[in-house]
Amino acid sequence: MVEDVIRLEKVGKAYNLGLPNETEVLRDIDMNVARGEFVAIMGPSGSGKSTLLNIIGLLDRPTAGRLFINGADTSALDEAAITRLRGHVIGFVFQYHHLITAFTARENVMMPMLVNEGFPNAAMEQRANELLDRVGLRKVAHHLASNMSGGQQQRVAVARALAMNPDLVLADEPTGNLDTTSADGVFDLLRQVNRRTGTSLVMVTHNMELARRCDRIVEVVDGRIAG
Amino acid sequence: MSRWTPFEWIAATRFLREGRMQTLFIIGGIAIGVGVIVFMSAMLAGLEINFIKRVLTSQPHIQILPPDQIARPLRGGQRVFEDAVVQRPSQRILSIDQWAKIRQELLAMPEIRTVSPTMAGSALAVRGDASRSISLSGVEPETYFDIVRVPDYIVDGQARLASDDIVIGVELARNLGASVGDKLNVSVASGAARALTVTGLIDLGNKGANQRTAFVALRTAQSLLGMIGGVTTLDLSIADIYVADTIARQIQASNDVEADSWIATNAQFFTAMQAQKSTNTLIRVFVGMSVTFGIAAVLVVSVIQRSKEIGILRAMGASRGQIMRVFLLQGGLLGFVGSLFGSALGAAALIYWHAVARQADGTELFPLIMERQLFIITAAGATLTGLVAAMAPALSAAKLDPVVAIRG
Repeated sequence: MVEDVIRLEKVGKAYNLGLPNETEVLRDIDMNVARGEFVAIMGPSGSGKSTLLNIIGLLDRPTAGRLFINGADTSALDEAAITRLRGHVIGFVFQYHHLITAFTARENVMMPMLVNEGFPNAAMEQRANELLDRVGLRKVAHHLASNMSGGQQQRVAVARALAMNPDLVLADEPTGNLDTTSADGVFDLLRQVNRRTGTSLVMVTHNMELARRCDRIVEVVDGRIAG
Repeated sequence: MSRWTPFEWIAATRFLREGRMQTLFIIGGIAIGVGVIVFMSAMLAGLEINFIKRVLTSQPHIQILPPDQIARPLRGGQRVFEDAVVQRPSQRILSIDQWAKIRQELLAMPEIRTVSPTMAGSALAVRGDASRSISLSGVEPETYFDIVRVPDYIVDGQARLASDDIVIGVELARNLGASVGDKLNVSVASGAARALTVTGLIDLGNKGANQRTAFVALRTAQSLLGMIGGVTTLDLSIADIYVADTIARQIQASNDVEADSWIATNAQFFTAMQAQKSTNTLIRVFVGMSVTFGIAAVLVVSVIQRSKEIGILRAMGASRGQIMRVFLLQGGLLGFVGSLFGSALGAAALIYWHAVARQADGTELFPLIMERQLFIITAAGATLTGLVAAMAPALSAAKLDPVVAIRG
């Protein structure tokens, strides 16, 4: 049996819990992502898509239900274990590129490895070069992140998300700020990564056309999964 | 990226380099603060050393005098006094009782370097129509010159004291119209008088002293003042000048004499020095505080500016500790680099001020002392200050919720 990379059981998220202004963002979410699957999450603004993604990515903790990563329950894990899991199992691609501007493209790609291992080494550099090759940006490896176009930055961000060879890449509207050509390019790259390495992908998007090209669409409406 | 530099160091230096203006301005601020501290400390230390040098080459470290003469009230029976008012007796010039024996005992103490017997009294110097009162010191040149560097003060002639020689202050010589080789008639209240030859003129740097001071051989003074074999003081030099007080007390306790240390006789100077030092400490504290607040302010702003990047790093698996160390390091680095520039600034100011500020006689106001220790302590202090200043911003950076940071 192929184990799910992610499994959510009755996951809920509420802010200001127990206060008069309590707001429920997510409720009773049951969802799973199989190994190698490419899932699109769609839904109107404010429906809780990003919160769901943050919970899956261990950036946020659910207030109800349980989240399993590679079959292991995460609700019992402490801060250090969560941090380790985040570093080794999950890669992020954010909407606004979010490269670290003080570093070059290659250093940005090396960053997850550097953060997790503490000291730089030649293998990291080599891996960063390979990844930049894969996203077609080897020639700008020495450019500072602040000197690159939006499409280039997002490609570097994809390369960075893959640095630790994660089981799962989470992408929060990775193409939201890009023109159609760049958006297609970044999506194709994600699809290609997914096919080649078998990395599971969860992508939040507003773009119906791109969503249709994923394996499955999960629609979130008013904090619940629709349909 | 070198293999030996950890993530925290790489990130800290990059962040500082990227925030060019902020970094430059705060380093400038730290450098000025450190420069002020280095300058003040080195100058004060120099002034102190200079003063101590001056004091200690012109006076003994400890001076031993005969005890004060006291009048005791007449007593009738138990607790019955015959006289209500007791007049203080006139203090005749007396010799120190058993001084040769005391001298032997003192020389046996390891802390004491030199013991020089002196016979001092007042006399009148007469040359032709001019006469001046002088304070006459009969000394043993071979030991006395070890304590008071008379030869260093010679401006004319030489510091030779045979039995018929006299060395006098330059003002006295001018008043008497005497120069080297001339004869003076020196007489004392008892009527004794001797004709002495001027062998040297000295300038003690003080007009009053130059008007009165006269040195003769010990025996000459003893015979003039009518105290053959007696001495009025024993002058001491010791190895560690800062324990003079303690040694003086020891001597006083074990002998029937009075012992004054240079620390007691220059109490005013020490009070002034102490005031200077506490002022300096106060300045250091306040400069340190303003540097601390400056660094903290810059880092607080930097944490806000970089909140997204901090969130990203946390999402990549950076621990709270790593984020905290990145910002602590920035504080430490700012302090350290600022202290390097500050030390250079302080040293330059010292060199300039040393060249410009002079005493009335043209000699240096303070010796140029740049101890390595001062710079090392200052650099360490500034680095520590930077770390302390970075504590609050680093903690707030570490506490940032990655979700909020990324969304913001």
